[in-house]
Amino acid sequence: MKILTIWLRTLLPQLTVSDAQLGEDLTLRGIAVEGIHDLGAGNGSLFEMDITTNRVDAMNHYGVAREAATIYGLPLPTITVQMPALRPSVEPIPVRIEAEDACGRFTARVLRDVRIVPTGEVRGPMSEFAARMFTLLEQKPISNAVDASNFAWLAMGHPTHTFDLDRITGGIVVRRARKGERLKTLDGVERTLDPEDLIVADAEKPLALAGVMGGWQTMITPATTNVLVEAAWFDPMAVRRTARRHGLHTDASHRFERGADFNAAPLASEIVSAMLLENGGSVEGEMIDVRVATIEKRTACREPIALALSEVHRLLGKTVEPEGISATTVEAVLRGLGCELRRQPSSADSAQWQVTLPSWRLDVEREIDLIEEVARVYGYNQFANTLPAFVGSVKVRSEAEVEAAVSVKLRAAGLHQAIGSTFCSMDEAHLFEPQPGMAVELGNPLSAEAGMLRPSLMPGMLAMVAGNLHRDVADVRLFEMGTVFGGSPDRVEERTALALGLAGGDATEGVFAQRRDLDFFDLKGMVEQVVECFAARSFYFDQFAPEEKLTPEWLHPWRAARLTVDGMAAGWLGELHPRLAAERKLKKRVLVAEIYLHRLQEVPLRKPKSREISRYQPVRRDFSLLMPRRVNWAALDSALAELNIGEMTEWSAREVLTAGAGIPGESFALLLGATFQATDRTLREDELQEFAARIVAAAEKLGGRLRAESGNGLQ
Amino acid sequence: MQGIRICPHSWSSVKRIDAGMVGVMARGSLFWPLRMMTKKMDDRDANVEAPNLSARNVDASEFEKLEAEARSGAAELTTAEAVENFRLEWLGRKQGRLKLLSEAWLQRAPVEQKRLLGQRFNALKTVVEGLLDEAVARSRNTGWSDEALSHERLDVTLPGTRRRMGAEHPIARTMNELVTIFAGLGYSVGVGPEVETDFYNFESMNFPPGHPARDTQDTLVVAGQERRSQRDRLLLRTHTSPVQMRTMEQQAPPVRIVIPGKVHRNDAADATHSPVFHQVEGLCVDVGITFSDLKGTLDYAMKALFGSSVKTRFFPSFFPFTEPSADVQISCIFCAGKGCRKCKHSGWIELLGCGMVDPAVFAFAAEKQPDYDARKISGFAFGMGVERIAMMKYGVSDIGQFYAGDMRFLEQFA
Repeated sequence: MKILTIWLRTLLPQLTVSDAQLGEDLTLRGIAVEGIHDLGAGNGSLFEMDITTNRVDAMNHYGVAREAATIYGLPLPTITVQMPALRPSVEPIPVRIEAEDACGRFTARVLRDVRIVPTGEVRGPMSEFAARMFTLLEQKPISNAVDASNFAWLAMGHPTHTFDLDRITGGIVVRRARKGERLKTLDGVERTLDPEDLIVADAEKPLALAGVMGGWQTMITPATTNVLVEAAWFDPMAVRRTARRHGLHTDASHRFERGADFNAAPLASEIVSAMLLENGGSVEGEMIDVRVATIEKRTACREPIALALSEVHRLLGKTVEPEGISATTVEAVLRGLGCELRRQPSSADSAQWQVTLPSWRLDVEREIDLIEEVARVYGYNQFANTLPAFVGSVKVRSEAEVEAAVSVKLRAAGLHQAIGSTFCSMDEAHLFEPQPGMAVELGNPLSAEAGMLRPSLMPGMLAMVAGNLHRDVADVRLFEMGTVFGGSPDRVEERTALALGLAGGDATEGVFAQRRDLDFFDLKGMVEQVVECFAARSFYFDQFAPEEKLTPEWLHPWRAARLTVDGMAAGWLGELHPRLAAERKLKKRVLVAEIYLHRLQEVPLRKPKSREISRYQPVRRDFSLLMPRRVNWAALDSALAELNIGEMTEWSAREVLTAGAGIPGESFALLLGATFQATDRTLREDELQEFAARIVAAAEKLGGRLRAESGNGLQ
Repeated sequence: MQGIRICPHSWSSVKRIDAGMVGVMARGSLFWPLRMMTKKMDDRDANVEAPNLSARNVDASEFEKLEAEARSGAAELTTAEAVENFRLEWLGRKQGRLKLLSEAWLQRAPVEQKRLLGQRFNALKTVVEGLLDEAVARSRNTGWSDEALSHERLDVTLPGTRRRMGAEHPIARTMNELVTIFAGLGYSVGVGPEVETDFYNFESMNFPPGHPARDTQDTLVVAGQERRSQRDRLLLRTHTSPVQMRTMEQQAPPVRIVIPGKVHRNDAADATHSPVFHQVEGLCVDVGITFSDLKGTLDYAMKALFGSSVKTRFFPSFFPFTEPSADVQISCIFCAGKGCRKCKHSGWIELLGCGMVDPAVFAFAAEKQPDYDARKISGFAFGMGVERIAMMKYGVSDIGQFYAGDMRFLEQFA
């Protein structure tokens, strides 16, 4: 919205501050001036305003002048219009409000023998002033009838409408539309009306969408001679519904939707009529003014509300100036804004008032609203900066601790944290959802590709991995922690998930560093480290034959594993299925994992705990085993665990070879390493021999055997 | 190599799988059994037996053990005579250990493993030769003089070997920073769902149905809600404010929470808008909380976030859930308030919205927690866009970069 300072100064002649100062003072009081443009000598400045939607009363010149008058404590003259003498009316036009819930007031004024002329030909002081203001505002002049409405709008912010009286049959009735009624509006669109639409009609037909847009048929044309000027008050919700239904947003609907001034209609009508009559014609009869008492009572004649100075102080706190906000300040501010204050009997520092509210400020209706007005005009920056006292403690969410621990682990492994899209396509949702039929659809998606709430982090992760590879970023290491969704339109469940996405090399860089592409076991190691953040009793990875149909379709059937933690399925990891990689034109192997973090969050975080470190020497032993293929490492691992050798502090597969001389088919060679250490003694050779024998026996029980008894090679 | 890889790190190593169970005691070498060790002591230069081992099964650790043995032997050499003995032991042309090793392992190895064994053998040989040179130099210079050590010189200007850390996402980092700042003022973290009901997102935040303020937040809705009552309809939360109500319903005053979270709006993406973005919301409710407390709290927080020289100023604004409401500007962090392109020459940058909690919001909370009586308690709330702060702090010009997962963008924050 644009405001001319030259216009403001005609409305508020005592205003003496510079335009720049005025702009800043208004801005600091919430009537924000976003830009100031100098219009040249004698023309003042143009203010680009950014006024919040609750302050529709200030979206016009008089409204801004009122703010300025309040800020500087100046008297604001009322707008007076010189109306030509009226001709008595033979038969006043009948006006009836049928929709008494939606139209609070309807004024109609009949003008006879007007001349509709192009703007260039207007004469008279109002028309000429308006023409000059329009030029400065770069507002396109149209004709004296349209311009008169626009002038009243810009001056005091009340919408009006002019009808060609000769095209109205009978009288005016404000009512709801009837089913099937049609109206061609001023924009040339033929509209079928809804029974909920609020319209202005005559005895036969709809004339206008009330408070939104006039009708084509009663439009003012150069041939018009008799005019009906409408200035009314329509209910915000009724106008909003009508405007929305028809996809219209006009100046008039904007104002009515946010609450117009019930008392402004007569003045608006006068401005329009007087300006139009400057080019000839006369007023016929008194203005017809139909009001609905219930609406008047809740807008123009509201009950006074109580305001206590103590409440002002309780909510606003300390000011920079030691005197603070006094009863005098409160009265000056609120009277300036149009309130009437009646002081209740009380002492000076516990002043109380009954405050009558101005009809144009429907946004002000409670004590707190008055307190806001006081604070606003007093100046927010006149309040001190204080800190409230605090007793208590800061509670830490366990989920936040988990997320921090996981994030640190993965970042240490060289993965960057990423944030992917919350949405995915329906195909992706169906491919990646952990349970079929649980993906949640959006009612008004941004696009078809983003029509679903993600049931998994995978679609976003793959898009990000692919984005990198397609931009020739060779090494990708990403993770995301975020919400995934599932459920039905009645109930949407949110769970926290963790996704990993890897492609290319590891995080080591250097002249002497060996570059190596990441593989399944790198991914698995990362997942293991994540799981080890938690005090889980147990966790394991397992693999399923393709015919079991358990492995998700998006994973390589033979290079995928399910993670199970404390008996709960906790995620999947593996190589992206080569088919999906090909579909996405990914030339590198991509490794992905999706971990159900919400399940892991049921397990407490592992707390570091120190244990005694043995002073006695550890002994490492290696076992070169030949194992049947059908036995996997996990089987041997748990067999070793079941041996319960307390002194065996650590064991692991050191090396594995699946083919070569001395390795029959259906077998593989495994170098098992184990470390023995006691906390209370040095281990004796016979003890070690016994441990070794038990280990070999465990391997044999699984069908394995030692490859040789001594250092002699197998030929 | 023909083995199918099971262990990822075994691709280029030959597996030792022939030796059966062999103890590795402190100084013993697996491949030089005791028998040979004694012999070596007796007749070091001439009569060492070839190790009777299968070449193909020799793995890296055996070479490492030999190397360790060579190193410890070389370290003790101080006299020229000892140095010569060392040379004969390891590099003697007929009976040197490397010669024997070559015969025993290398020449007898299967074809497919020869290349690798050869490489290892050569590496070991290079080490032993280096040790010998070193020992010669040392015996000449009697010890570890600068001169003697000169062959160990490195080009220290070569780049260091780095193990790259991953980066915290700049949005997460900014949110965590804000959470930490407010934790210092006594604020705990509050969270809530991203799919909200109309009641929590709008109605309880004093956006009545049909209110024009709803237009300012284009909302993404869950499909299939038509049959439900307005307040139960599911949507993607447009702000983190609903967590205010969820918290107050659960907890009687006093309340101090800070709410970091993801929100969504039906906005077309451009350089400064994204349908996905993040907010940090705050709520403080207690007896005697004032507007000046709100000012002091945010002034402190902005100084903690942007540096102590930053100033704040407050403007009247409008939010349905606060009254009075304010917008907060900070003095421009790019030009220190002098005026620049970034602050449109005003010296100020608008950063967040705030206000005193509207009594209508307390009235909703009081339905479940009667202690939220606006005549007795008061409070303030504030909210800020994390992307905007992160863009300012880190000089990000396109909001879309936050959600693209581009490694080149993310690694800047490591």
